[in-house]
Amino acid sequence: MKKTLKIVVLAKQVPDTRNVGKDAMKADGTVNRAALPAIFNPEDLNALEQALVLKDMFPGSEVTLLTMGPGRAAEIIREAMFRGADGGVLLSDRKFAGSDTLATSYALSRAILKLNPDIIVAGRQAIDGDTAQVGPQVAEKLGWPQITYAEEIVGTEGDELIIKRRLEHGVETVACPLPLLMTVNASAPDCRPRHAKRVMKYKYAKTASEAQEASTDYDDTLRKERPYLNITEWSVADVDADDAQLGLAGSPTKVKKIENVVFAAKEAKRLSASDSDIDSLMKELIASHTLG
Amino acid sequence: MNNVFVYCEIESGKVADVSLELLTKGRVLANTLGCNLEALAIGHNLDGIEKELAPYGADVVHVADAPELAPFRTLPHAAIICGLFKEEKPQIALFGASPVGRDLAPRVSSALHSGLTADCTSLEIGDHTDAKSGTTYTNLLYQIRPAFGGNIIATIINPDHRPQMATVREGVMKKEVAKTPGKGIVKKIDASKYLNDTDFVVRIIDRQIEERKINIKSAPVIVAGGYGMGSKENFAILHELAEVLGGEVGASRAAVDAGMTDHARQVGQTGVTVRPKLYIACGISGQIQHTAGMDGSSMVISINTDPNAPINKIADYAIVGDVMEVVPKMIKYYKQNSK
Ligand SMILES: Cc1cc2nc3c(=O)[nH]c(=O)nc-3n(C[C@H](O)[C@H](O)[C@H](O)COP(=O)(O)OP(=O)(O)OC[C@H]3O[C@@H](n4cnc5c(N)ncnc54)[C@H](O)[C@@H]3O)c2cc1C
Ligand SMILES: Cc1cc2nc3c(=O)[nH]c(=O)nc-3n(C[C@H](O)[C@H](O)[C@H](O)COP(=O)(O)OP(=O)(O)OC[C@H]3O[C@@H](n4cnc5c(N)ncnc54)[C@H](O)[C@@H]3O)c2cc1C
Repeated sequence: MKKTLKIVVLAKQVPDTRNVGKDAMKADGTVNRAALPAIFNPEDLNALEQALVLKDMFPGSEVTLLTMGPGRAAEIIREAMFRGADGGVLLSDRKFAGSDTLATSYALSRAILKLNPDIIVAGRQAIDGDTAQVGPQVAEKLGWPQITYAEEIVGTEGDELIIKRRLEHGVETVACPLPLLMTVNASAPDCRPRHAKRVMKYKYAKTASEAQEASTDYDDTLRKERPYLNITEWSVADVDADDAQLGLAGSPTKVKKIENVVFAAKEAKRLSASDSDIDSLMKELIASHTLG
Repeated sequence: MNNVFVYCEIESGKVADVSLELLTKGRVLANTLGCNLEALAIGHNLDGIEKELAPYGADVVHVADAPELAPFRTLPHAAIICGLFKEEKPQIALFGASPVGRDLAPRVSSALHSGLTADCTSLEIGDHTDAKSGTTYTNLLYQIRPAFGGNIIATIINPDHRPQMATVREGVMKKEVAKTPGKGIVKKIDASKYLNDTDFVVRIIDRQIEERKINIKSAPVIVAGGYGMGSKENFAILHELAEVLGGEVGASRAAVDAGMTDHARQVGQTGVTVRPKLYIACGISGQIQHTAGMDGSSMVISINTDPNAPINKIADYAIVGDVMEVVPKMIKYYKQNSK
């Protein structure tokens, strides 16, 4: 086993679909997606923690967060740096828009080839697309083995990493040599919090696009003196990707139709806890053969 | 060629329910398309497995049987499936949206560049005209799935790539013996043709799988408790009601997380999907992740102290009151009236 590892964490910025508040609901009862806050995909934080655990096990290792998304997705790279990542790469290009999981995986795999890591740690699933397909598909694109639903890195045995997986009705412990890709489950430990010193150190970290927008003499000098404040930003050309495999054109699956779920106010029959209400309810259920 | 395939999951010699549910659905699709339904069984000690699959409509059962193929490991199973699909060219391939299926299907779809739709709640056959090119496609698989945490329903198609691949969660489709059973013709797969040493890099060191004892999926009545039950002790009253009504006890994640009951009882997005004749939600607020797993119930009764609990929006009867007062009365009046 190597002494230090190059670790890439795959993470996605997602709209927070979990607790859709009243202000994110439109008048017709559907969700206004644009009104949802953008967050670090929850299981990708579990993934980041496992990467940091690996870094603790192999001191001197380097953790790089890789995300594909619009410019603002750099927010999760900074968040990762505050919590212990060494740096990050934002993969951003209009040509990625409309990618399904296969096109997304292809794009990510191109960036990964350039980063040349020993291990990739992804989340199990993103809470917007909800497919859990990107991890296994990236592994296939690279020709690497995949360890899904990882919960704990137990240790090493010779050249192998020992990983505990959470299955539906139990656990499985597997051994696998590097390189490998693991996807991390929500049941794995939570990510360590931000570290105050790291927040101070990295709060001005920016991608080239962000730096351009916020450009001041002070900011520009800071960036020159402290190269770690520059977040790498790559386009399709930078990762030498084939346009035909990206975006809508590169996606075998097509969305034919999208319907918003309407939380229709079907009128419920209101009952109280009184004896007479419960008595007549039970009579109704028996009469309608719902019960018995 | 061009048939419907179902990957069958086998754990300790037993075919998973989700696979039988998919065969049931696959049979309907194959009938609509006028093609065969073929099952794929990969594992060890599979002699006679066709007898379990044919009643659900499998015309052909492809079997790869070798000691190193069980328990499930991604790479060898994926290699065999890819090899077989390249020869058989299925038009549709279905997998369970189970830990195994969700690990395996994306790998296969990437290798075949075929596209995959996750967690479908409905599969239908239909036509499609591409708005740009004007090309019309007939008999495509409409893969209908919720996304965005259940806030939208998308219909997804794969016009140009085969097989059209989809995963479906356990309990979403019905499991039903076919009117005319399939022939269940066994075709042995020569797995060595497709496998390399590198497919076996992952070693399983230890495996602890519990037999599933609790099965709330097939219960006609589910009495489900949420965080509003308050304690593990209070859950006992739900077991009593469930027993009286001939049902099972379900739960919300908040109740499971609080240690009031077992995870196997969790209903919802990260639990099981159920659709009983009657669902009684006791002290459950009705968040979308929960309702996603029970909104197919024929009838919903909610018991909640909050008259504005979201669950009341999908309930047929909303009882506003304390569970500890209402549930004992339900037991009492059911006993009185059912005699
Ligand atoms: C309504 C709707 C339905 C869809 N259904 C499908 C479908 O059925 N099949 C399909 O192929 N596509 C589908 N898509 C497209 C899919 O959502 C996108 O391709 C998305 O970019 C990745 O899929 P996901 O969100 O499901 O990620 P998942 O596969 O759930 O993500 C798993 C992990 O992969 C990593 N990851 C994912 N995306 C990124 C990223 N951009 N950057 C870095 N790491 C990442 C993260 O570690 C994440 O935890 C759908 C999109 C919509 C809007
Ligand atoms: C990715 C993800 C996946 C999830 N998957 C699931 C899932 O599979 N299943 C699931 O259930 N949840 C799931 N959740 C969690 C879900 O969002 C909710 O947090 C959960 O369903 C809430 O459970 P609850 O209704 O029991 O608790 P609460 O929301 O706390 O509701 C308790 C209810 O009890 C009522 N109450 C209190 N006291 C009494 C009383 N004495 N008598 C009567 N009523 C009373 C209250 O008015 C309230 O409505 C998931 C969340 C996420 C983010």
